[in-house]
Amino acid sequence: MAPTQDAQLSPQLVLDEMKKNGVTHVVWLPDSETNFLYQLMQADPSLQLVPVSREGLAFSIAAGLATGGQTPAILIQNTGLMESGDSLRGWAIGLQIPVVMMVGYRGWTRHGVNADSAATYTERFLNAFGITYYLVETSADAPRISIAFEEARRTQRPVAVLMADEYHGFNR
Amino acid sequence: MFQTADMLRVFQAHRGDAIVVPGRGARHWAQISTRPNRDVPVGDPAMGGHAGFALGLALARPADRIVLFDSEGDLLMSLGILATVAELAPANFYHFMLENECYATTGGQPVPNAKNVAYDVIARGAGYPRALAFDKLEDFEASLPSILAQPGPVFAALKVVPEVENVPIGQRVRWQTRTRDRVLADLRAELGVAR
Repeated sequence: MAPTQDAQLSPQLVLDEMKKNGVTHVVWLPDSETNFLYQLMQADPSLQLVPVSREGLAFSIAAGLATGGQTPAILIQNTGLMESGDSLRGWAIGLQIPVVMMVGYRGWTRHGVNADSAATYTERFLNAFGITYYLVETSADAPRISIAFEEARRTQRPVAVLMADEYHGFNR
Repeated sequence: MFQTADMLRVFQAHRGDAIVVPGRGARHWAQISTRPNRDVPVGDPAMGGHAGFALGLALARPADRIVLFDSEGDLLMSLGILATVAELAPANFYHFMLENECYATTGGQPVPNAKNVAYDVIARGAGYPRALAFDKLEDFEASLPSILAQPGPVFAALKVVPEVENVPIGQRVRWQTRTRDRVLADLRAELGVAR
C-alpha cells in the first residue's frame, strides 16, 4: 500500500521548523533523504547555504558561524556523520556549539531488519559521542525538530535529528 | 624560508582591528598581538578545521576582517574547503598558510610530496580570485599592504622554517595564556555576541 500524504515528511514543514528556530545558515552536503528540501532552501532568501565537499568540514564552519553570533544547522547524511567523528568531537562538542544536525538516515527501516550498515551504526555512533537524537519520519514528527533546537540551546551541545524518509516525501 | 615569528611581527604592523585566527602560529602570536580579545587561538580542536572555522566567522561577521594563519598539514586534510570559500567568496576573508613542509608538532615528518606542492596554484584552481606564494620575508612585507587593501578572499602560502617539537605532548611548555573557553568568551564579549 502506498504511503498516505500524512505518512510522508513535508520538506516545507522541516524548513518552517528551521526558520522558527532562527536558523541563518545551512551547512550541507547533498543526500538522498533531503534532496527536496534543498530546492526549498535555495529559494528562501533568509537562509544562506554553505556547501561542503566532505561532511567533517561542516562542524568547524558551524563552530565559526555560531561563535560569530549566527545560528547554523548542519544537513548531512549518516554516512558522512560517521566520517566526521573527530570534527564533531573537537569543533562541535569541544567548543560547546549549540548546533542541530539534520542527518539523513540512510538505510533506516521501521522493522529493524536492514541491509545497510550505515543504518546499523548510526545510533551506535551517536550514543558513543553522547549525542541526543530525535527520529523524524513523517510530518507528524516535525515538532521534534524544535525540541532538538531547544535542547541544543539549553545544553550548548550538538543535537541530531534523524531524517528517516528516503525516497518518500523528500525525494518525490 | 623565513621565521613564523618574524612574519607575524610584520603582519602585526598592518593588523588593524582584524579578527585573527592564528592556527599553528598562535604560540608566537600570543607574544606579538596587542589585541588579544580579537584573537581566536582555539588550539587544535580537530586537525583540518581552522579554515572552516575562520570561514564561518567571516560569514557571520561580514563587517569584520578575518585573518587566518592556516597550515599546510591542516589544509591538506580539507582541500575541499578551498572550493567552498571560493564559491561563497567572502570579501572579508584573508587566508594565509604556513608552509613548513612537515608535521612539526609530531616530530617533523614530511607532509605528502612536501617540496613539490604549489598551494597557491591549488587555491587559484579552486576559484580563489587571488592566490600568492612567498618564500622571502621582504617580498611578503612589501606585498602585505596591497593584499590587505583589496577585498578577499585571498590566499597566500608562506614558506616558513619548521619548528619541530619532539618532546612528548605532556612535557611541552604551555604557551597558552587563556583557556579555549576564555578565548571564545572574550571574543563574544568583544563582538557583543550573546551566548
